[in-house]
Amino acid sequence: MLRSGQPLPGPNRRRCREDEALLGAVLDQGERGFVIDTRSAQAAKQARMSGGGTEPKSSYPHWRRLHRPLERGRPLQESFVRLVEACADPSLSMDRWLGRLESSRWLSHVKAALSTACLAAQCLDREGAKVLVHGAEGTDTTLLVTALAQVILDPACRTLVGFQGLLQREWIEAGHPFHLRCARSAYSHARLKQEAPLFLLFLDCVWQLSRQFPFSLEFGEHLLLTLFDNAYASAYGTFLCNNEKERSLCKVKESTHSLWAWLSQPEEQHKFLNPLYSPNALVIWPSVEPQSIQLWQGLFLRWIRPSQHLDEAWAEIQQLVQEN
Amino acid sequence: VENVRLLDRLSSRKAVLGTLYLTATHVIFVENGSETRKETWVLHSQISSIEKQATTATGCPLLIRCKNFQVIQLVIPQERDCHDVYISLIRLARPVKYEELYCFSFNPKLDKEEREQGWKLVDLTEEYNRMGVPNNYWQICDVNRDYGVCDSYPTEVYVPKSATAHIIVGSSKFRSRRRFPALSYYCKDNNASICRSSQPLSGFSARCLEDEQMLQAIRKANPGSNFIYVVDTRPKLNAMANRAAGKGYENEDNYSNIKFQFIGIENIHVMRNSLQKMLEVCELKSPSMSDFLWGLENSGWLKHIKAIMDAGIFIAKAVAEEGVSVLVHCSDGWDRTAQVCSVASLLLDPYYRTMKGLMVLIEKDWVSFGHKFNHRYGNLDGDPKEISPVIDQFIECVWQLMEQFPCAFEFNERFLIHIQHHIYSCQFGHFLCNSQKERRELKIQERTYSLWAQLWKNRANYLNPLYRSDHGQTQGTLHPQIAPCNFLYKFWSGMYNRFEKGLHPRQSVTDYLMAVKEETQQLEEELEVLGERLANLQKSQLGDNKVQSKQQDRSKQLRLSTSNNSLANTPQEYSNDLKSFPSWSPSQGDEEDSALILTQDNLKSSDPDLSANSDQESGVEDLSCRSPSGGGCLPSEDSGKDSDEAVFLAG
Repeated sequence: MLRSGQPLPGPNRRRCREDEALLGAVLDQGERGFVIDTRSAQAAKQARMSGGGTEPKSSYPHWRRLHRPLERGRPLQESFVRLVEACADPSLSMDRWLGRLESSRWLSHVKAALSTACLAAQCLDREGAKVLVHGAEGTDTTLLVTALAQVILDPACRTLVGFQGLLQREWIEAGHPFHLRCARSAYSHARLKQEAPLFLLFLDCVWQLSRQFPFSLEFGEHLLLTLFDNAYASAYGTFLCNNEKERSLCKVKESTHSLWAWLSQPEEQHKFLNPLYSPNALVIWPSVEPQSIQLWQGLFLRWIRPSQHLDEAWAEIQQLVQEN
Repeated sequence: VENVRLLDRLSSRKAVLGTLYLTATHVIFVENGSETRKETWVLHSQISSIEKQATTATGCPLLIRCKNFQVIQLVIPQERDCHDVYISLIRLARPVKYEELYCFSFNPKLDKEEREQGWKLVDLTEEYNRMGVPNNYWQICDVNRDYGVCDSYPTEVYVPKSATAHIIVGSSKFRSRRRFPALSYYCKDNNASICRSSQPLSGFSARCLEDEQMLQAIRKANPGSNFIYVVDTRPKLNAMANRAAGKGYENEDNYSNIKFQFIGIENIHVMRNSLQKMLEVCELKSPSMSDFLWGLENSGWLKHIKAIMDAGIFIAKAVAEEGVSVLVHCSDGWDRTAQVCSVASLLLDPYYRTMKGLMVLIEKDWVSFGHKFNHRYGNLDGDPKEISPVIDQFIECVWQLMEQFPCAFEFNERFLIHIQHHIYSCQFGHFLCNSQKERRELKIQERTYSLWAQLWKNRANYLNPLYRSDHGQTQGTLHPQIAPCNFLYKFWSGMYNRFEKGLHPRQSVTDYLMAVKEETQQLEEELEVLGERLANLQKSQLGDNKVQSKQQDRSKQLRLSTSNNSLANTPQEYSNDLKSFPSWSPSQGDEEDSALILTQDNLKSSDPDLSANSDQESGVEDLSCRSPSGGGCLPSEDSGKDSDEAVFLAG
């Protein structure tokens, strides 16, 4: 599986031999690959006018392009804000709740993200084909898809250590602009242009997987919540800046502590483990039917819903497993 | 009929070829194929509707919808055959006599004494005693011993000490269907009680001294409070409309010391339509998130569930926190009243959250108090306007509470699903007829078997591993969050999409934890035995080896092999573009479901044959759990639990 930014044919349909050669080198003789473009066909076409575009069939004959539009940017942030508002609205009656939930479209985004990641995973696992994923910049929906696909496909990414490695690789080092994207979150009135909860969407999708496969992830909800918190505000330098270059310029490694180091301390680590974990060597294929996708109450209702009874239940589970 | 195809709902490409059989009690589809011979059994009683669809090139489609939400899609090659099957099923699914029902032919091979014992498992007199009645304030009343006063009430009801026979009879004449106020739940801590009745025949201005005295008697039976609540569970408009028909509700001016309250729960017709709409949403092919959520909201189903729950919460609060007695009624006092009283009791008393307790609760507030099972759930062919998912809603309220309070209930989701299944299956005699009187006339207890006994026998399958009787959650009253709380009500896909295995979490946490618990217990026992052995060895050199090795073997078998948790499952159809994918839908009907409906005649083995589906493509690894031999590896897939259902129905 590969990822990139969009190709730049532009309005004049420029070609780039090197790019074609690179993609050609990826495929074996006679093999076909899939390009998953996270923009709609129309958006991709329009991008050409401003210098971007898609891989034309003529130049990339062995690659088949699939469009799976995923929301990003301002609309995604709006979706997040609307959902948070709906959850916090005390005046909302039962016969309007679901409508409000729906009109935030957040769950639709979760469904779309999971479906696309599954599609990528299917290409690799079932078709044995190579996949290139890109959107526009290659820093948002692209990473969402590639990271999620790896959680689905690779049992190593479902271990605590493996998951951290995945985040480091596919989000942090791959250059997701955390500083811009995770600036003020949902309650801020300043609607920053660059703010968008892609990382949260990723964590939500991972939570959906953990719900559908309760034994297959070595970590639990607590880790996901902690990551969410730290992406926005952290005592650690892991999520600082927008890319490796900035981190290097700011001397992040020299002047801050790593979140991963803290998490891997034994006295902290056990809090993040899933007591039900049992390594599952196979691919986990989630159901993306609407009934299977649920609101992540642990995050969105975190301060609204008393969690006491559910915490007690988890404590019971932990105890049962430990006693054994 | 041969060469019939059974289609999968989610993936129309995946169809199985087999033979369709119609018997006196079941529809059976047997898959072709020498190895598998997988069977799907459907009881006629479960059939809700049959739809013959337009003939296509492949044959004549027939859609069977069941009351337990299973949907079976068949394609019959010849139109003539399809028509025959259709006509036959219509007749078979609409019995006219009770004797046609399955419970009269079901034979779990128990002797007469065992059958009798089964019926005695739930004893209501014992239950009232447990509550604390009869006592200084409450007495048994046998004025209805021949059903002379109210034919839909049981022979024994509990009434306030100060309610004489004269008052009771007088009050009954002033109540719809003669359903006078009677005790449903008594709280011995503070003497507050929940009573139930039907609406008074007050019209606009009629009064009845005895009825007013009856309510006063209820008030007097609780010295801790100088008033009672009267809760009418209907929407105000409906209740007012009833007044024009000579019925209505209690006027606070006429009844001294009552506080009257409407808690609007819609009527059976609204609920029937609501369920219908929700099921239509469930039948959508590849719905978007938007389709689903809007459809769910438009059905109003969760709103109704919440309304019932809110009513129960109000009553529980009145009893537990205010110490005030409550009289609950709706129109006839056998639908919404039953729902609301049982929910309130469940919130108030931890006993009802145990397995036995729930059985007792249903027996008390639904069976004994004359909920019209026959009319509501269509035992016999009747008026379709009487059909309504009333008890289904109560069962769902229990599930919603279980989701909010995971440690508070002794039983698990499967218990609820099986109860719901058997309310419609007519396999046992419990949920037949419309009243105790009718059941006695039909001699149900002598001619059929008890569901409670059957469930009790298999209670190991229904336990909630997180339940501990000494746990904080299990003590005292439950307090569900009142507001904001809309998000607490979830769509119950375990019930309404029960047979679509692909939609549910693939691994059953409940079963795993039960097995963990069991194994821990076994290990502890083993440890004890080994400890004794060590002590014995230290005393004498002659150790007895025989016993120990047996223990070890057993524990080896049960050792949780967590590596078996790995399972292969198949991808859903995520894309139409990749036509080359052999995407099998994950939602195949497993034989486990037919196992549910197995009669004991059909039992080939205690475990349904799961090895048939253990190849990678169909997505279920071979798991045999809880086979009576006690061995087997861990169920990590949903289907595993249903193998227990085969055992359960074996009797």
